Amino acid sequence: MPDPILQLTDVKTHFPIHEGFLVKRQTGTVKAVDGVNLTLARGEVLGLVGESGCGKSTLARTILQLVPTTGGTIVLEGKNLTAGSSAEILDARRNLQMVFQDPYASLNPRMTVYAMLAEPLLVHKVCPSAEVPARVAELMTLVGLAPRFMQKYPHEFSGGQRQRIAIARALALQPRVIIADEPVSALDVSIQAQILNLLASLVKKMGLSLIFIAHDLSVVKHISDRIAVMYLGKIVELGSAVEVIERPRHPYTRALISAIPTPNPDVERARQRIVLAGDPPSPVNPPSGCTFHPRCAYAQEKCKTSVPPLVKIDDGREVACVRIGEI
Amino acid sequence: MVSLSPKNLPAADLSADQLEQGHSLWQDAWHRLRKNKVAVIGACLLIVLGLSCALAPFFAQSYYENNLELTYAPPSADHWFGTDQLGRDLLARVLYGGRISIMVGLVASFVALVIGVSYGAIAGFFGGKTDMVMMRIVDILYALPFTIFVILLMVFLKDPMQAFDTWLGQHGMKQAQGVGKIILLFATIGAVEWLTMARIVRAQIMSVKRMEFIEAARSLGYGRSRIIFRHMVPNILGPVIVYTTLTIPSVMLLEAFLSFLGLGVDDPMSSWGKLIKDGSEKMEEYWWLLVFPGTLFSLTLFSLNFLGDGLRDALDVRSSKD
Repeated sequence: MPDPILQLTDVKTHFPIHEGFLVKRQTGTVKAVDGVNLTLARGEVLGLVGESGCGKSTLARTILQLVPTTGGTIVLEGKNLTAGSSAEILDARRNLQMVFQDPYASLNPRMTVYAMLAEPLLVHKVCPSAEVPARVAELMTLVGLAPRFMQKYPHEFSGGQRQRIAIARALALQPRVIIADEPVSALDVSIQAQILNLLASLVKKMGLSLIFIAHDLSVVKHISDRIAVMYLGKIVELGSAVEVIERPRHPYTRALISAIPTPNPDVERARQRIVLAGDPPSPVNPPSGCTFHPRCAYAQEKCKTSVPPLVKIDDGREVACVRIGEI
Repeated sequence: MVSLSPKNLPAADLSADQLEQGHSLWQDAWHRLRKNKVAVIGACLLIVLGLSCALAPFFAQSYYENNLELTYAPPSADHWFGTDQLGRDLLARVLYGGRISIMVGLVASFVALVIGVSYGAIAGFFGGKTDMVMMRIVDILYALPFTIFVILLMVFLKDPMQAFDTWLGQHGMKQAQGVGKIILLFATIGAVEWLTMARIVRAQIMSVKRMEFIEAARSLGYGRSRIIFRHMVPNILGPVIVYTTLTIPSVMLLEAFLSFLGLGVDDPMSSWGKLIKDGSEKMEEYWWLLVFPGTLFSLTLFSLNFLGDGLRDALDVRSSKD
């Protein structure tokens, strides 16, 4: 990996389940993120896909340390973000920012755009306070909003404009890495492309690295350099975007890819879909061995017993499947 | 605290008159409130009543001077509301009584507001065991019969407060005598009225805590107090304001009830509750003693309730445009 900026090693986020009246006992654990290894290169866009509930958003919040990690390390530019909360580490965490899914919930309804964008600059004394208005105007222009709207409130903007404000806020502290948690899934289809293009151009212009989370492969394909596929808290396949989309190796990825509709109706009609049986299993009580085996068409006895590690198979491609050589 | 409105605009590309001004949710709520006629009438009545009570010393007659030649005089040009058993001007007594009643209403609600908001915010923000212990205490206090609780407090704290009054008297503050009793009223009523406020604030804080804009604030590295006071509290103020305006009348009723039981203020001071109590004893012969304080008290309560309802409609997020 040339010049890694963010490195996740065996990251785990488990949530205890407490039950009982008055006296609470821990009756189980939700393994939302269960041993994720991931490296993000400088200037790279990594798409992270998976079904609802597979732990994508929890992984994002874990990387930002909004939820505590149960195990593993998150290293950003040589600093381990999980090691305590010293001033140095709190400083380092600011190099990671997030764009949230719902632009209707991620902006404080009582603050003007100016207040939202100026606050991080003033709190962290990024620039002299006399320059703050100019800097805010600059940020707004950067995300395609006219600075004359700076005195307006979030409810006076459309969904797409709000997401632009959220992006501007994430950029205010000039972070190195942005994590976008389904930034377009709450938006109108006609607006989605605009926001995607904006993110792509910002990554280029500012030399950002981006982790782009989505449950929709066609959206991810558009923007990513590499794609990671997540299933039940683990990464099952990782590779360059073109490779993963054109030649998926893991049975789960194949099923996901086969679900992308094509614009041409003739092709669409002939398209073979792999329909997975059943629902995703509960992360409270995951199946033994490979967690995908109950739904996998290629499952064998050994899949029920051994947990497949994420193995490098060829150039930059990693797949977690014991039968990868055979299928 | 740093200012979060633009001062030195980048002159080159943006001048102040080009800036489009937005409407905050507070401004929207204000517009909705102004359209609500009943609430506006209530607010106006409250202002008139409040001002006349507050300014009573400048125009009203004495509320404590006896005039034994003019006892139980019916309303006349000299005494608009008539006089009582000691010949005291009832108008003056009603206005001075209003000062006490309104003050008890405001101060006790403020006591309830401060205790309730801080208690609820702490319980809601920290959650877990802290929250459980704090809210069980509230549950226990809730379970106590509330009037008995107030009466007990009033009775037990009576002696220290009388000592305080005597002390005031000895130190040349004769005018301030009776203040001890009023402070006692504020404290006891406030101490039982904060419970609901604490519950409301806790629930609100808990729902706001999980909002994405709070997570965004955390990832921007803001401190805990900035997150609570700049980001959470402004977003829960709506219900708090509404509940406070609805607490004031219930506090005033409680004060009236305590005065009715003889636990309120002492003669020669008056409060609306006390005047109503005195009037009710003689209402068959001297109707004005009951009708005037009763009418003013009811008008105030109506106005407060209408204003509170109007505020609730105006601040309700669900009825506001998104």
